[in-house]
Formats: sequence, structure tokens, C-alpha cells
Amino acid sequence: MAEKPRIGVFVCHCGLNIAGVVDVKRVAEEAKKLDGVVFSTTYVFMCSEPGQKVVENAIKEHKLNGVVIANCSPSLHEKTFRNAAARAGLNPYRVEIANIREQVSWPHEHEPEIATRKAIAVVRATVERVKNNMTYIPYEVPVTKAVLIIGGGIAGIQAALDVADAGYEVYLVEKSPTIGGKMLFLSETFPTLDCPQCIETPKMTDVSQHPNIHLMTYSEVESVEGYLGNFNVKIKRKASYVDFDKCTGCTDCLRVCPVKAPNEFDRGLTKRGAIYMANEQAVPLVAVVDEKYCIEVNFQKRVKAGKVKPREKPVCSKCVEVCEADAINLLESNEKIVEVKVGAIIVATGFELMDMKKLPEYGGGEVPDVIDALAFERLLAPSGPTAGVPKRPSDGKIPKSVVFVSCAGSRDPEHGVAYCSRVCCMYLAKQAMLYKHAVPDGRAYNFYIDIRSNGKGYEEFVQRVREEGDLIYLRGKVSKIFRKGDKVVVWGADTLTGQKVEIETDLVVLATAMVPPPEIKKLAAKLRIPTDEYGWLSEAHLKLRPLETVTAGIFIAGAAQFPKDITDTVSQASGAAAKVLTMFSQPKLKREPIVAEVDTEICAGCGLCKEQCAYDAIRIDEKKNISVVNEALCEGCGACAAVCPSGAMRLRNLTKKQVIEMIEVLTENY
Amino acid sequence: MSTKIPYYPGCTLKSTAKNFEDTAKLVASKFDIEFEELAKWICCGAVYGLSSDNVMHKVAPVRNMLRVKKAGGERMVVLCSMCYNTLKRANLYVRKNKDKLDVINAIMYLENATYDGSVKVQHFLEILRDEVGYSNIKKEVKKPLKGLNVAAYYGCLLLRPKEVAIDNVESPTVMEDIVKLLGAKVVNLPVKTECCGSYQTVSQKDIIADRTYLILNTAREMGADVLITSCPLCHFNLDRRQDIAKERHHDFEFMPILYFTQLMALAFGFEEEKLGFEPHFVDPRPALKERGLL
Repeated sequence: MAEKPRIGVFVCHCGLNIAGVVDVKRVAEEAKKLDGVVFSTTYVFMCSEPGQKVVENAIKEHKLNGVVIANCSPSLHEKTFRNAAARAGLNPYRVEIANIREQVSWPHEHEPEIATRKAIAVVRATVERVKNNMTYIPYEVPVTKAVLIIGGGIAGIQAALDVADAGYEVYLVEKSPTIGGKMLFLSETFPTLDCPQCIETPKMTDVSQHPNIHLMTYSEVESVEGYLGNFNVKIKRKASYVDFDKCTGCTDCLRVCPVKAPNEFDRGLTKRGAIYMANEQAVPLVAVVDEKYCIEVNFQKRVKAGKVKPREKPVCSKCVEVCEADAINLLESNEKIVEVKVGAIIVATGFELMDMKKLPEYGGGEVPDVIDALAFERLLAPSGPTAGVPKRPSDGKIPKSVVFVSCAGSRDPEHGVAYCSRVCCMYLAKQAMLYKHAVPDGRAYNFYIDIRSNGKGYEEFVQRVREEGDLIYLRGKVSKIFRKGDKVVVWGADTLTGQKVEIETDLVVLATAMVPPPEIKKLAAKLRIPTDEYGWLSEAHLKLRPLETVTAGIFIAGAAQFPKDITDTVSQASGAAAKVLTMFSQPKLKREPIVAEVDTEICAGCGLCKEQCAYDAIRIDEKKNISVVNEALCEGCGACAAVCPSGAMRLRNLTKKQVIEMIEVLTENY
Repeated sequence: MSTKIPYYPGCTLKSTAKNFEDTAKLVASKFDIEFEELAKWICCGAVYGLSSDNVMHKVAPVRNMLRVKKAGGERMVVLCSMCYNTLKRANLYVRKNKDKLDVINAIMYLENATYDGSVKVQHFLEILRDEVGYSNIKKEVKKPLKGLNVAAYYGCLLLRPKEVAIDNVESPTVMEDIVKLLGAKVVNLPVKTECCGSYQTVSQKDIIADRTYLILNTAREMGADVLITSCPLCHFNLDRRQDIAKERHHDFEFMPILYFTQLMALAFGFEEEKLGFEPHFVDPRPALKERGLL
């Protein structure tokens, strides 16, 4: 700031959030005494429209060239006030936030005097910072108007259709042989009892027929480079040994394959061949060969490794022989890498269920008649292995009683899952109801902690099925489940009567916790987006930016972020699609100019900053031996500036000089 | 060359559970392991003190570990589950809370040495599993325990809290694994980690009798002939309180309770008189004789 500083300080009451603890009037008065401050005031809600007007008018009236807003966290309203400043003709990067709510009034709720003094100190430090703020102009980057969507469950499908319908290209990548995701496993969906065949498969067909959607099933994202508007993505099309263009989906090959592998679609309750189709509604309706199980493919691999000698005749070629379309080739892997350019990415990778082996106290993985809820969905599904009448895994008998266990792993920090999985109360009510429809003389018990039915029509649904279905709801946790003869014994408590409960039952269904898929960490690293303590993808702001990640241009949808039901997942998917379309509606994208920059005179090219950068935004110019910042990739986190030993790397508007001056102000009384 | 391991016995191993100590030493001798009893051991603390601001309860266990260190030991083997739990938890506590360790060291000034959390506390089962190894145990079996159905009972102290657990907290298998090596048949005991009633045995014997009934009746239903444990307190409760269990539950049947080391020593071919069956309330000998094992 070459000109004389004319700074305005605006202290927000935030109702009583700040003013209930901090003496805001005193903060404003103290601010006015500061060198360079020409105006200060307070207002009850600075972020409201009249509050913003106060700021705008003061900027014009007092010809302010710097503004300090003392209010809440900058992640909430920094943008609000930068826009207000811009409207009043001040460069928005001359505005800084002094956080006196999250960092002052809230933590010092019971010590108003200390809080007020701290607020004054924070404001003073921020004034010092603003004095040295420079004017910056956002710069523009071009945008490739195509989107990559990772995950072909209901979230990915919905987002793909929304973006494609708006006229933009979509690359939909799905790791399994079909799109449809977990929703396709379900018997019926709460609370409307639509079956996925009725409401999801039409959408799947729409995806496969949409001219703007490039459907890439049995594929995985290999690498992602570039930045907002300009991502270069490598996609691995996994070896399927089947030419999808030729395969007609006739199923002849499935019948002849001699291999028996666990069928994922039936949660391992049934078997499939090494060549298989995900299910009858698969989109695309093609077969794939599972490398892990195919006899011939494994033989060929051993030949290539020099472990066995090649043979004239194949070891097994039954599927190849019956394939009239000539679509199968077991001798050569058809894995390939496809490169695409996209402007935005939506991650919709969904969830998994906690491995039942982690619940040995419930006989998980030990007792065959203790199954998880997705397996029971298959047993209830008319298209499932038992045609909708549940039969238990151990002996195929129809269970005459079923115990449903809520919160199996969820809400249980001891199992590493402190959160509620949010859908279990609802689907257990639905499953118990469907079970009673299939086995009218059967008994259904449901152990629960609380019933969480907070959605439109949800509570009514639970109440209705409990009353009409003659279900036995027991409020309490199950402590132990074990096998006794051909029965399964469940020990629990009914906390409403204060009694211990012991039930000998035929089948137990565990509502195991929803957990992030194990591969998510690797994918998140490729995308340079963070995950939370559990492995769910982190949103940029839980309340105000739930669809965005901190990496610009990458969005999240569905259960990849946190457990969600179908309603919420679809809403979020459409929301993420709308975010992408907002981006695509602009000819060029604006990027924040508050990024790192290098003083080329000082930089010695040591590369420490490059190691620190989480966004891959720094490269070393070998010729000049200096660091170079890719401004489009830089997110302005400042890690490079902090680590730079010579001070060559600096973050705009938060330079070393500014930081040191702030520290000096804050520590002058110590 | 025999391996010498500093050994902390604790009070019961010298009194009611003397047969546990004796048979454990027999078993160890087969693998050239010598229990080197601490010269000056004191009470383990008996119960782990949960008070967060009073370190007095931790002085006794820490002093024992300091004495191991002073004698040049790096680890100690423990047989009693209660001692194991108290020592191991106190050890973890001082490792995590250096300031509290300083206080305890100050209290122990007469030792003329300071403790640093370095001693490793090990249960004998861990040594059998991780150092001796199952294949070596199998080699020593002279008299396979054919026809004997064994349920293994762990109680709580070897497993909880999970930071000190010697095995999976919810479904431990180390004793079952050993029983299989001995040629006996393992009976799955779903209540193997249920509470035995612990010190309630002093004032409310009925509680213990009901726990004993639950545990032994389940074992019986699952087909067990005998039940093994590694905890002297569990052993006392499950063995000695069977008479009240019988009074309170007419369908209760007596079942012999053995230390796992007694069963091992039997399978390793040691003579009957070395196995310490005399102090048992429910005499295991008839059940073993019936199956031709004595």
C-alpha cells in the first residue's frame, strides 16, 4: 500500500453471538485510535443487506483503501464483504476478516473481559496486515466443457443425465461391469416401496442411450493431472477379455463356464462363473471375464511368466467355443488406457458395508445365519436367489424368526464408527415388513437404540409397518450372538422393561455400518482431495459448500461424502451437476489471485516448497534453477511460503512482513 | 541354552494357585525357558486404580517393574491375569503420562533408581504363542488328549481394555489353538469373555454362583467335559462356587476347572502327582480317568 492507509474497521455483533460476550463498542472505539484507521463502527448483523450497505457507504464516504471486518470465520463471509467492497469500488483483496466469533467469543464465553481484550488484539493485528495488502485482479482460465463422473451408482447416473441433458459431454467411469451401484441390490426402497427395477433401470438405460454420455464400465481412474477447467485424466479400461461392441448379452457363455466364484451381486450367497454378467439388468448388458478366477487367463499368465510351457490347445475355452458373436479372446488382455480432457470432476464413489468379521461378538463371519442387510435385501428381492422368499444360508430353510440388529458397528467408537449410518432404521423397518409379507407366520424382532426416521414420510412409514406388521421392537443393544445347534442365540436387553432378553432365532440380520470403500484413499490422493478421519470425502464447507471439495473443479455427490439415502443422494447429485453447469455456463473461469508467488531474485531452487505442495502446483525450472508456481493449480494454502528457508516463496497478501507485523502487535504486551 | 525370563508371581501363585505356577514351570522347562523369580517382588496393586489424579495406586505395580529394570531385565512374564492387567496398564499409563511417572519416581526415591516405562510385560500365553511357537508345542505332546472336550474361558483381564489385550478382544482363540495342538477337541464357548463375577465373591457369593451357572451350563450345553482358564480369580469363582450354583440351580452339573498349563503338562507326559489336582474343589481326575488320560 503505497498511499497513506485509510482503513475502516467494522465490528459485527452477530446478534448476541459476539456482542453477548465481547464489548463490541469498546472494540470499535479502540480500533479508531489505531494509526491508519479513519473510521470504525459496529452493527448488529454486518452480513445482512443493511450491514453490507454500512460497509459500502463508509468505503465511499471515507475513501477507504483498506477494510477490516471483525466477525465470524472467513470461510463464512469473506466473500460477502469482498463483493461489497467491489461494489463500492474498492479492490476486494483489500478486505480482511478478523475472526472474533469462532476464535474469541465462543471459546471465551465465560470471560468477557479477556474476550474483549483478545478481540481488540485480533483487530489490531488485522489492521496491520491490511496496511500491506496489495491490489490483485482475478485472472481467467479457459474451460473444457466436459465432465468426468467417477462412480456409476444412482448418484453418478443422476449427475451424468443432468449434465448430459444440458448438452455437455460426460465420461461416466464405473469400476464394476454394470452401472446401478448398491441401489440395484435392493428389494424395494423406503418409504414408497418402489423397486429399483421400476425406478433405477430406466435411468440406467437412459445413460447407455444418451448421445452425450461416454459410458466406461469395468474401468478405473488411473491418474488425474491439470486444474480447474483443464483436467487431463487417464482411465484404465480393465482387462475384460470380452469385446463389448461385439457381445450381444446372450448369456450362452455363462452357462458353460466351469468355474464357481462368489457372486458379488448376491453378496456371496450364490455362485457365478469366471465369465459373468453382473446381473440381468446390467447396463451395458455384456459379459466380462474375471481375471482372478478364469482358468485359461491364469494359464496364459503363467505361460507369459515362463512358469509353464505353452500348449497347442487351450486349457479351457468353453466360453469362446459357444460365443457366436466371437466376442471373447482369453489369450490376450484387452486392458488399455484411455485419455480424456475434462473441465470438472464429480466423485460419486458411494459406500461399502463394514466387514462382518469386525463384529466377532455378533458371530460375524463365523455363524452362517448371521448376514448383513444387503444380503437380506437379495433374499427379499423377487429377482434374488430365493425369488423373494428368504431362505437362510446354512440349510436353505425358511426362517421362522428373524432378529434385526440396528447399529451393528455404527454409533460405536470402539469399532471406529462414531457416526450414525442414517439409513438403517428405515430399511430395517422395510425389511421386517417385507419378511412378514413373505413369511406371514414368522416373527420379526428389531433391536434398536433410537428410531431415526427424519425424512419426508419416514416416521409415518415406520409407525405404519410397526403396527400393521406385528413387529416386535426392542429398545436396547445386542451384546452377543452365537450359534447353538441349528439356532442362533441373541442376547440383548430391553431397556423399556429393564429385562435381559434371550432369543433363539433362525436368522440374524446385522445393519452393519456404512463405511467408505477401501480404495477411496488412493483415489482421493490421485484427485488431491482430502478425506475425513473415517475416509469419507471432505466437503469444502459442511453447511455452505457441501458439494465442493477444496480443490476447485472437483465436486462430490452421494454417499462418498457421508452415508445418505437415495433421496438425499439424488438431490446431491443434481446439485453437483448444477455446480458443474454453472462452471460451464461461463466462457472463462475466474481464479482467485491470492496464490503463492516466487521472488526469482532470491529463490535458489532447493525444492522444499515442491515437496510441501499438496496440489502439485510447483515445479522446478531446471535451467534457471528456481521454483515456478502454477497459479491455476495453487489453492493459496501457504505451506510453501512457510517452509521456504530464504523467504523467496510468499503468499500474496500474507507475506512474511505481514505475518511478523501481526505477531509483533499480538505479542507487544508479553 | 535355556532362556531366563524375569518372573513376577503375585500372591495367589504362591497360595491358592500354586498348582498353576508349578505346572507353568513344567511347561516352560520343556522349551528351555526358566522363570527367574524377582528377588523382591511386592503386591501388583491387585486392582488397577482408575483415579486420574491419584497415582498412589500405581506405585506398587511400577515399583515391581522398576525392580525388574534394576536387576537388568527388559521384560517380565506374568501368569496371573489380574497381575498381568494391573502391571501392563500401569506400564502404559506411565509411558503415556511422563509427568505422573516423575511423581511416582519421586515417591520411590528409596529405590535409588528411576523407572522409564521400558520393561515389557508379557503373559505366559503370549510367550507360548509368539516365541515358543505352535509347532514346537505340538512336538512336545507325548500323550494326546484324545476324547477330551475342552472349553476355554478368558474372562476379562487378559482382554480389556483393548490396549492390553493379548488377543482379539471379542473372540480370542489363543487357548483354543493350544488345546487343538494337545489333541483335545475344542468346544466353542460363546460366553468365554463374560464376567466371572470377580471380587463379588467376597461379599455376594450368589452373584458368582449365578455367573458360574451361566458359564459352565453353556459350556456343558456346547459339549464340554472340562473348562480351562488362565486366571486364578476366575478359577476360584468357577471352581469353588459350584456348590452354591448347585443349590440355586437344580439342573447344574459339576465341571472340573483346570489351568491351561495343567492340561499342557498332562499332554506333555508329566506324572499325575506333579499336576496339582488335589486343591481343586471339583476334582478333575475322574473326568480325565474316564477318558483314559490318567
